[in-house]
Amino acid sequence: MEKNIYKILNELRPEFDFTTSKDFIEDGLLDSFDVVALVTELETNFNCLIDALDIVPENFTSIEQIIAVVRKNGGTL
Amino acid sequence: MLAKFNGIKISGVLAVLPKTEYDYDEETAHFATPATRRLKRVMGFSKRRAALSTTTSSDLALYGIRYLLENDLLKKEEIGALLVLSTSPDYYIPPMSNVLHGELGLPFDVVCMDISQACAAYVLGMFQASMLLEHMEDGKKVVMCTSDVLCRKDPEWKIGEPSFGGDAATITIMERDESAPTAYYSIYNDGARREALIMHAGGFRMPRTPETAIPNHIVDGKVRSYDDLWMDGSAVFNFMQKEVPPAIEEILSYSGRTKDEIDWYLFHQPNKFMLQKLSQRLGVPQEKMPWNIVENFGNSSGSCVGVDIAYNLGEALLTNRYTCCLSGFGGGLSWVSAVVELGNVEFCRMIISDL
Repeated sequence: MEKNIYKILNELRPEFDFTTSKDFIEDGLLDSFDVVALVTELETNFNCLIDALDIVPENFTSIEQIIAVVRKNGGTL
Repeated sequence: MLAKFNGIKISGVLAVLPKTEYDYDEETAHFATPATRRLKRVMGFSKRRAALSTTTSSDLALYGIRYLLENDLLKKEEIGALLVLSTSPDYYIPPMSNVLHGELGLPFDVVCMDISQACAAYVLGMFQASMLLEHMEDGKKVVMCTSDVLCRKDPEWKIGEPSFGGDAATITIMERDESAPTAYYSIYNDGARREALIMHAGGFRMPRTPETAIPNHIVDGKVRSYDDLWMDGSAVFNFMQKEVPPAIEEILSYSGRTKDEIDWYLFHQPNKFMLQKLSQRLGVPQEKMPWNIVENFGNSSGSCVGVDIAYNLGEALLTNRYTCCLSGFGGGLSWVSAVVELGNVEFCRMIISDL
Protein backbone atom coordinates (compact mmCIF):
# COMPACT_ATOMS: atom_id res chain seq x y z
CA MET A 1 0.00 0.00 0.00
CA GLU A 2 2.81 2.40 0.94
CA LYS A 3 4.48 2.05 -2.45
CA ASN A 4 1.20 2.61 -4.27
CA ILE A 5 0.41 5.69 -2.19
CA TYR A 6 3.83 7.20 -2.93
CA LYS A 7 3.15 6.56 -6.60
CA ILE A 8 -0.18 8.42 -6.36
CA LEU A 9 1.44 11.30 -4.48
CA ASN A 10 4.23 11.58 -7.03
CA GLU A 11 1.70 11.65 -9.86
CA LEU A 12 -0.26 14.36 -8.03
CA ARG A 13 2.70 16.60 -7.30
CA PRO A 14 5.74 15.35 -9.27
CA GLU A 15 7.75 18.43 -8.30
CA PHE A 16 8.00 17.33 -4.64
CA ASP A 17 9.90 14.56 -2.84
CA PHE A 18 7.38 13.10 -0.43
CA THR A 19 9.91 10.69 1.11
CA THR A 20 11.82 13.50 2.82
CA SER A 21 8.86 15.50 4.16
CA LYS A 22 7.87 15.21 7.81
CA ASP A 23 4.50 16.87 7.21
CA PHE A 24 2.99 17.01 3.70
CA ILE A 25 0.55 19.78 4.68
CA GLU A 26 2.85 21.91 6.83
CA ASP A 27 5.62 21.66 4.24
CA GLY A 28 3.25 22.85 1.52
CA LEU A 29 3.36 19.66 -0.56
CA LEU A 30 -0.41 19.25 -0.52
CA ASP A 31 -3.10 21.95 -0.49
CA SER A 32 -6.81 21.34 -0.01
CA PHE A 33 -7.41 20.70 -3.72
CA ASP A 34 -4.58 18.14 -3.73
CA VAL A 35 -6.15 16.39 -0.74
CA VAL A 36 -9.44 16.15 -2.63
CA ALA A 37 -7.66 14.72 -5.68
CA LEU A 38 -5.73 12.34 -3.42
CA VAL A 39 -8.92 11.11 -1.76
CA THR A 40 -10.46 10.39 -5.17
CA GLU A 41 -7.36 8.43 -6.23
CA LEU A 42 -7.24 6.50 -2.93
CA GLU A 43 -10.93 5.58 -3.24
CA THR A 44 -10.40 4.34 -6.79
CA ASN A 45 -7.14 2.49 -6.12
CA PHE A 46 -8.10 0.91 -2.80
CA ASN A 47 -11.79 0.33 -3.47
CA CYS A 48 -13.18 2.32 -0.57
CA LEU A 49 -15.25 5.39 0.23
CA ILE A 50 -13.48 7.73 2.61
CA ASP A 51 -15.88 9.29 5.10
CA ALA A 52 -16.09 13.05 4.62
CA LEU A 53 -15.34 13.66 8.30
CA ASP A 54 -12.01 11.87 7.83
CA ILE A 55 -11.00 14.32 5.10
CA VAL A 56 -9.13 16.66 7.43
CA PRO A 57 -5.55 17.90 6.92
CA GLU A 58 -4.17 15.95 9.90
CA ASN A 59 -5.09 12.66 8.19
CA PHE A 60 -2.90 13.51 5.19
CA THR A 61 0.29 14.74 6.83
CA SER A 62 2.31 11.56 6.32
CA ILE A 63 2.28 8.24 4.53
CA GLU A 64 1.41 6.51 7.82
CA GLN A 65 -1.60 8.77 8.36
CA ILE A 66 -2.80 8.21 4.81
CA ILE A 67 -2.52 4.44 5.17
CA ALA A 68 -4.42 4.64 8.46
CA VAL A 69 -7.29 6.62 6.94
CA VAL A 70 -7.53 4.24 3.96
CA ARG A 71 -7.59 1.22 6.28
CA LYS A 72 -10.13 2.86 8.60
CA ASN A 73 -12.46 3.32 5.65
CA GLY A 74 -12.18 -0.26 4.43
CA GLY A 75 -9.48 0.16 1.83
CA THR A 76 -8.08 -3.10 0.52
CA LEU A 77 -4.41 -3.79 -0.01
CA MET B 1 -33.44 28.37 14.79
CA LEU B 2 -36.30 26.40 13.34
CA ALA B 3 -39.32 28.12 11.81
CA LYS B 4 -42.33 27.29 9.70
CA PHE B 5 -44.69 29.33 7.57
CA ASN B 6 -48.19 28.47 6.42
CA GLY B 7 -49.91 29.74 3.32
CA ILE B 8 -46.89 31.17 1.52
CA LYS B 9 -45.64 29.97 -1.83
CA ILE B 10 -43.14 30.61 -4.57
CA SER B 11 -45.08 31.57 -7.70
CA GLY B 12 -42.18 32.13 -10.06
CA VAL B 13 -38.42 31.67 -10.45
CA LEU B 14 -36.25 33.36 -13.04
CA ALA B 15 -32.50 32.84 -13.32
CA VAL B 16 -30.49 35.48 -15.20
CA LEU B 17 -27.07 34.54 -16.51
CA PRO B 18 -24.35 36.70 -18.07
CA LYS B 19 -23.81 36.32 -21.80
CA THR B 20 -20.13 35.35 -21.68
CA GLU B 21 -19.40 31.68 -21.27
CA TYR B 22 -15.90 30.46 -20.41
CA ASP B 23 -14.78 26.94 -21.21
CA TYR B 24 -12.54 25.46 -18.50
CA ASP B 25 -10.08 23.89 -20.94
CA GLU B 26 -9.80 26.99 -23.11
CA GLU B 27 -9.54 29.34 -20.13
CA THR B 28 -6.78 27.33 -18.46
CA ALA B 29 -4.94 26.29 -21.64
CA HIS B 30 -2.09 28.79 -21.16
CA PHE B 31 -1.05 27.32 -17.80
CA ALA B 32 -2.71 23.90 -17.66
CA THR B 33 -0.89 21.01 -16.02
CA PRO B 34 -2.09 17.47 -15.32
CA ALA B 35 -3.27 18.83 -11.95
CA THR B 36 -5.47 21.39 -13.72
CA ARG B 37 -7.13 18.68 -15.77
CA ARG B 38 -7.48 16.48 -12.67
CA LEU B 39 -9.23 19.34 -10.89
CA LYS B 40 -11.75 19.49 -13.70
CA ARG B 41 -12.57 15.81 -13.37
CA VAL B 42 -12.69 15.65 -9.57
CA MET B 43 -14.51 18.94 -8.99
CA GLY B 44 -16.79 18.69 -12.01
CA PHE B 45 -15.86 21.95 -13.68
CA SER B 46 -16.66 22.40 -17.35
CA LYS B 47 -18.02 25.86 -18.10
CA ARG B 48 -18.83 29.02 -16.24
CA ARG B 49 -20.46 32.34 -16.94
CA ALA B 50 -19.05 35.63 -15.74
CA ALA B 51 -20.45 39.13 -16.14
CA LEU B 52 -18.62 41.81 -18.09
CA SER B 53 -16.26 43.98 -16.06
CA THR B 54 -18.69 46.91 -16.12
CA THR B 55 -21.77 44.93 -15.06
CA THR B 56 -23.09 45.42 -11.54
CA SER B 57 -25.29 43.20 -9.41
CA SER B 58 -28.22 45.57 -9.83
CA ASP B 59 -27.79 45.44 -13.64
CA LEU B 60 -28.33 41.67 -13.60
CA ALA B 61 -31.26 41.88 -11.19
CA LEU B 62 -32.86 44.74 -13.09
CA TYR B 63 -32.53 42.81 -16.34
CA GLY B 64 -34.51 39.99 -14.76
CA ILE B 65 -37.25 42.14 -13.22
CA ARG B 66 -37.72 44.08 -16.46
CA TYR B 67 -37.99 40.77 -18.33
CA LEU B 68 -40.81 39.73 -15.98
CA LEU B 69 -42.63 43.06 -16.37
CA GLU B 70 -42.27 43.10 -20.15
CA ASN B 71 -43.53 39.53 -20.44
CA ASP B 72 -46.54 40.11 -18.15
CA LEU B 73 -45.17 37.68 -15.57
CA LEU B 74 -45.22 40.44 -12.93
CA LYS B 75 -47.11 43.70 -12.55
CA LYS B 76 -45.61 46.74 -10.87
CA GLU B 77 -48.70 47.24 -8.73
CA GLU B 78 -48.31 43.72 -7.31
CA ILE B 79 -44.89 44.46 -5.83
CA GLY B 80 -45.08 44.91 -2.08
CA ALA B 81 -41.41 44.48 -1.32
CA LEU B 82 -38.05 44.32 -3.04
CA LEU B 83 -35.71 42.05 -1.12
CA VAL B 84 -32.13 41.91 -2.38
CA LEU B 85 -29.43 39.52 -1.19
CA SER B 86 -25.89 40.08 -2.40
CA THR B 87 -22.28 40.32 -1.30
CA SER B 88 -21.33 42.54 -4.24
CA PRO B 89 -23.65 45.56 -4.00
CA ASP B 90 -23.39 48.56 -6.33
CA TYR B 91 -22.86 50.92 -3.37
CA TYR B 92 -22.74 50.96 0.42
CA ILE B 93 -25.32 53.75 0.23
CA PRO B 94 -27.96 53.53 -1.18
CA PRO B 95 -29.04 49.92 -0.76
CA MET B 96 -29.35 47.95 -3.97
CA SER B 97 -33.09 47.45 -3.41
CA ASN B 98 -33.44 51.25 -3.55
CA VAL B 99 -31.46 51.34 -6.79
CA LEU B 100 -33.91 48.83 -8.27
CA HIS B 101 -36.86 50.74 -6.78
CA GLY B 102 -35.74 53.94 -8.48
CA GLU B 103 -34.96 52.33 -11.82
CA LEU B 104 -38.35 50.63 -11.86
CA GLY B 105 -40.26 53.74 -10.75
CA LEU B 106 -42.07 51.96 -7.95
CA PRO B 107 -44.44 53.62 -5.46
CA PHE B 108 -43.17 54.97 -2.13
CA ASP B 109 -44.92 52.28 -0.07
CA VAL B 110 -42.86 49.41 -1.51
CA VAL B 111 -40.58 47.94 1.15
CA CYS B 112 -36.88 47.95 0.17
CA MET B 113 -34.54 45.66 2.05
CA ASP B 114 -30.96 44.46 1.45
CA ILE B 115 -29.30 41.53 3.17
CA SER B 116 -25.58 40.84 2.87
CA GLN B 117 -25.36 37.09 2.65
CA ALA B 118 -23.19 34.74 0.62
CA CYS B 119 -23.94 31.12 -0.32
CA ALA B 120 -26.90 30.78 2.05
CA ALA B 121 -28.61 33.82 0.49
CA TYR B 122 -31.33 32.14 -1.55
CA VAL B 123 -32.83 30.08 1.28
CA LEU B 124 -32.40 32.87 3.83
CA GLY B 125 -34.15 35.18 1.37
CA MET B 126 -37.12 32.80 1.19
CA PHE B 127 -37.29 32.89 4.98
CA GLN B 128 -37.14 36.71 5.09
CA ALA B 129 -39.70 37.03 2.28
CA SER B 130 -42.05 34.76 4.21
CA MET B 131 -41.77 37.01 7.27
CA LEU B 132 -42.53 40.07 5.13
CA LEU B 133 -45.55 38.39 3.54
CA GLU B 134 -47.03 37.60 6.94
CA HIS B 135 -47.45 41.36 7.42
CA MET B 136 -48.24 42.45 3.89
CA GLU B 137 -51.63 43.34 2.49
CA ASP B 138 -53.46 40.77 0.36
CA GLY B 139 -52.43 40.55 -3.25
CA LYS B 140 -48.97 41.98 -2.72
CA LYS B 141 -45.89 39.98 -3.67
CA VAL B 142 -42.29 39.94 -2.52
CA VAL B 143 -39.74 40.17 -5.33
CA MET B 144 -36.68 38.43 -3.95
CA CYS B 145 -33.46 39.02 -5.89
CA THR B 146 -30.13 37.32 -5.39
CA SER B 147 -27.36 38.79 -7.49
CA ASP B 148 -23.57 38.79 -7.48
CA VAL B 149 -20.81 39.81 -9.87
CA LEU B 150 -17.80 38.65 -7.88
CA CYS B 151 -16.28 37.06 -11.01
CA ARG B 152 -16.87 39.87 -13.49
CA LYS B 153 -14.15 40.40 -16.06
CA ASP B 154 -13.46 41.33 -19.65
CA PRO B 155 -13.42 38.27 -21.90
CA GLU B 156 -9.86 39.18 -22.95
CA TRP B 157 -8.49 39.09 -19.41
CA LYS B 158 -6.54 35.90 -18.79
CA ILE B 159 -6.92 34.10 -15.50
CA GLY B 160 -3.85 32.92 -13.60
CA GLU B 161 -5.34 29.85 -11.92
CA PRO B 162 -8.38 27.62 -12.45
CA SER B 163 -11.60 29.42 -11.71
CA PHE B 164 -14.97 27.84 -11.02
CA GLY B 165 -16.82 30.93 -9.83
CA GLY B 166 -19.71 32.32 -11.80
CA ASP B 167 -22.04 35.30 -11.81
CA ALA B 168 -25.82 35.12 -11.86
CA ALA B 169 -28.98 36.68 -10.52
CA THR B 170 -32.28 35.10 -9.60
CA ILE B 171 -35.67 36.76 -9.28
CA THR B 172 -38.11 34.78 -7.18
CA ILE B 173 -41.71 35.86 -6.66
CA MET B 174 -43.27 34.87 -3.36
CA GLU B 175 -46.84 35.48 -2.32
CA ARG B 176 -49.56 34.43 0.07
CA ASP B 177 -51.79 31.50 -0.84
CA GLU B 178 -53.93 29.96 1.87
CA SER B 179 -53.72 26.56 0.17
CA ALA B 180 -49.92 26.49 0.11
CA PRO B 181 -48.40 23.69 2.22
CA THR B 182 -46.32 24.52 5.29
CA ALA B 183 -42.70 25.47 4.55
CA TYR B 184 -40.01 24.59 7.09
CA TYR B 185 -36.74 26.43 7.67
CA SER B 186 -33.62 25.99 9.75
CA ILE B 187 -31.06 28.76 10.16
CA TYR B 188 -27.63 28.38 11.72
CA ASN B 189 -24.55 30.57 11.94
CA ASP B 190 -21.07 30.38 13.40
CA GLY B 191 -19.37 33.77 13.25
CA ALA B 192 -16.38 32.41 15.19
CA ARG B 193 -15.35 30.61 12.00
CA ARG B 194 -15.97 33.66 9.77
CA GLU B 195 -12.37 33.86 8.56
CA ALA B 196 -12.66 30.53 6.74
CA LEU B 197 -14.18 32.57 3.88
CA ILE B 198 -13.23 36.21 3.94
CA MET B 199 -12.52 39.16 1.68
CA HIS B 200 -10.41 41.33 3.96
CA ALA B 201 -10.24 44.58 2.03
CA GLY B 202 -13.03 46.78 0.74
CA GLY B 203 -14.98 47.55 3.89
CA PHE B 204 -14.36 50.15 6.56
CA ARG B 205 -12.03 47.90 8.59
CA MET B 206 -9.56 47.67 5.70
CA PRO B 207 -10.33 50.04 2.82
CA ARG B 208 -8.91 49.01 -0.56
CA THR B 209 -5.57 50.62 -1.37
CA PRO B 210 -2.80 49.86 -3.86
CA GLU B 211 -1.12 47.91 -1.02
CA THR B 212 -4.13 45.66 -0.40
CA ALA B 213 -4.03 44.68 -4.07
CA ILE B 214 -0.53 43.22 -3.78
CA PRO B 215 -0.67 39.42 -3.92
CA ASN B 216 1.85 38.59 -1.22
CA HIS B 217 0.02 36.15 1.06
CA ILE B 218 -0.07 32.37 0.76
CA VAL B 219 -3.53 31.02 1.57
CA ASP B 220 -4.07 27.28 1.27
CA GLY B 221 -1.23 27.07 -1.21
CA LYS B 222 -2.48 29.96 -3.35
CA VAL B 223 -1.08 33.49 -3.65
CA ARG B 224 -3.64 36.04 -2.54
CA SER B 225 -3.97 39.78 -1.92
CA TYR B 226 -6.21 41.34 0.71
CA ASP B 227 -8.56 42.33 -2.15
CA ASP B 228 -9.12 38.67 -3.03
CA LEU B 229 -11.53 36.20 -1.50
CA TRP B 230 -9.57 33.99 0.89
CA MET B 231 -10.81 30.47 1.42
CA ASP B 232 -9.45 27.95 3.88
CA GLY B 233 -10.49 25.02 1.70
CA SER B 234 -10.11 22.33 4.37
CA ALA B 235 -11.96 24.35 7.00
CA VAL B 236 -14.84 25.07 4.62
CA PHE B 237 -15.05 21.47 3.46
CA ASN B 238 -15.09 20.18 7.02
CA PHE B 239 -17.66 22.77 8.09
CA MET B 240 -20.01 21.65 5.34
CA GLN B 241 -19.57 17.95 5.98
CA LYS B 242 -19.90 18.32 9.74
CA GLU B 243 -22.73 20.85 10.03
CA VAL B 244 -24.96 20.40 6.98
CA PRO B 245 -25.96 16.70 7.32
CA PRO B 246 -27.28 17.05 10.88
CA ALA B 247 -29.14 20.20 9.88
CA ILE B 248 -30.76 18.31 7.01
CA GLU B 249 -31.67 15.39 9.29
CA GLU B 250 -33.18 17.88 11.73
CA ILE B 251 -35.30 19.75 9.21
CA LEU B 252 -36.55 16.52 7.65
CA SER B 253 -37.67 15.43 11.11
CA TYR B 254 -39.19 18.88 11.80
CA SER B 255 -41.16 18.69 8.55
CA GLY B 256 -42.21 15.09 9.19
CA ARG B 257 -40.61 13.91 5.95
CA THR B 258 -38.35 10.95 5.36
CA LYS B 259 -35.34 11.18 3.06
CA ASP B 260 -37.17 9.08 0.47
CA GLU B 261 -40.12 11.47 0.45
CA ILE B 262 -37.91 14.28 -0.79
CA ASP B 263 -37.96 14.47 -4.59
CA TRP B 264 -35.01 16.84 -4.94
CA TYR B 265 -32.14 17.95 -2.75
CA LEU B 266 -31.29 21.30 -4.30
CA PHE B 267 -28.17 22.42 -2.50
CA HIS B 268 -25.63 25.14 -2.97
CA GLN B 269 -23.01 23.83 -5.41
CA PRO B 270 -19.39 24.62 -4.52
CA ASN B 271 -18.12 21.60 -6.47
CA LYS B 272 -18.95 18.04 -7.44
CA PHE B 273 -16.72 16.45 -4.80
CA MET B 274 -18.36 18.26 -1.89
CA LEU B 275 -21.82 17.29 -3.08
CA GLN B 276 -20.80 13.67 -3.64
CA LYS B 277 -19.54 13.51 -0.08
CA LEU B 278 -22.66 15.23 1.26
CA SER B 279 -24.90 12.75 -0.56
CA GLN B 280 -22.83 9.86 0.80
CA ARG B 281 -23.03 11.18 4.37
CA LEU B 282 -26.78 11.77 4.07
CA GLY B 283 -27.43 8.46 2.33
CA VAL B 284 -29.24 10.27 -0.47
CA PRO B 285 -28.97 9.17 -4.14
CA GLN B 286 -26.71 11.47 -6.11
CA GLU B 287 -29.36 11.70 -8.84
CA LYS B 288 -31.55 13.61 -6.39
CA MET B 289 -28.77 16.07 -5.55
CA PRO B 290 -27.66 17.74 -8.81
CA TRP B 291 -24.20 19.21 -9.19
CA ASN B 292 -24.67 20.39 -12.77
CA ILE B 293 -24.91 24.10 -11.94
CA VAL B 294 -21.28 24.47 -10.90
CA GLU B 295 -20.38 22.20 -13.83
CA ASN B 296 -22.13 24.29 -16.48
CA PHE B 297 -22.41 27.80 -15.07
CA GLY B 298 -19.97 28.07 -12.15
CA ASN B 299 -20.61 28.63 -8.46
CA SER B 300 -22.74 31.77 -8.37
CA SER B 301 -22.74 32.03 -4.57
CA GLY B 302 -26.16 33.09 -3.25
CA SER B 303 -27.87 32.52 -6.60
CA CYS B 304 -26.79 28.88 -6.93
CA VAL B 305 -29.92 27.33 -5.39
CA GLY B 306 -32.22 29.50 -7.50
CA VAL B 307 -30.31 28.67 -10.69
CA ASP B 308 -30.57 25.02 -9.63
CA ILE B 309 -34.38 25.28 -9.42
CA ALA B 310 -34.66 27.11 -12.76
CA TYR B 311 -32.29 24.80 -14.64
CA ASN B 312 -33.18 21.41 -13.19
CA LEU B 313 -36.91 21.78 -12.56
CA GLY B 314 -37.70 24.50 -15.10
CA GLU B 315 -40.96 24.16 -17.03
CA ALA B 316 -41.81 20.97 -15.15
CA LEU B 317 -42.69 23.19 -12.19
CA LEU B 318 -45.57 24.72 -14.15
CA THR B 319 -47.64 21.57 -13.89
CA ASN B 320 -45.91 19.33 -11.35
CA ARG B 321 -45.27 19.57 -7.63
CA TYR B 322 -42.10 18.39 -5.94
CA THR B 323 -41.13 18.12 -2.31
CA CYS B 324 -37.74 19.77 -2.14
CA CYS B 325 -35.04 20.09 0.44
CA LEU B 326 -33.05 23.27 -0.19
CA SER B 327 -29.80 24.17 1.52
CA GLY B 328 -27.33 27.01 1.21
CA PHE B 329 -24.06 27.03 3.14
CA GLY B 330 -20.88 29.04 3.09
CA GLY B 331 -19.53 32.46 4.06
CA GLY B 332 -20.43 33.61 7.53
CA LEU B 333 -20.26 30.77 8.28
CA SER B 334 -23.96 30.22 7.66
CA TRP B 335 -26.04 27.20 6.81
CA VAL B 336 -29.74 27.64 6.03
CA SER B 337 -32.04 24.85 4.91
CA ALA B 338 -35.67 24.43 4.00
CA VAL B 339 -38.21 21.74 3.18
CA VAL B 340 -40.79 23.17 0.79
CA GLU B 341 -43.29 22.09 -1.82
CA LEU B 342 -42.44 23.65 -5.15
CA GLY B 343 -44.84 23.53 -8.06
CA ASN B 344 -47.72 24.94 -10.06
CA VAL B 345 -45.71 28.11 -10.53
CA GLU B 346 -46.49 30.74 -13.15
CA PHE B 347 -42.98 30.62 -14.57
CA CYS B 348 -39.68 28.89 -13.93
CA ARG B 349 -36.99 29.54 -16.47
CA MET B 350 -33.47 30.67 -17.18
CA ILE B 351 -32.55 33.51 -19.49
CA ILE B 352 -29.23 34.74 -20.86
CA SER B 353 -28.72 38.48 -20.51
CA ASP B 354 -26.58 40.79 -22.65
CA LEU B 355 -24.50 41.73 -19.59
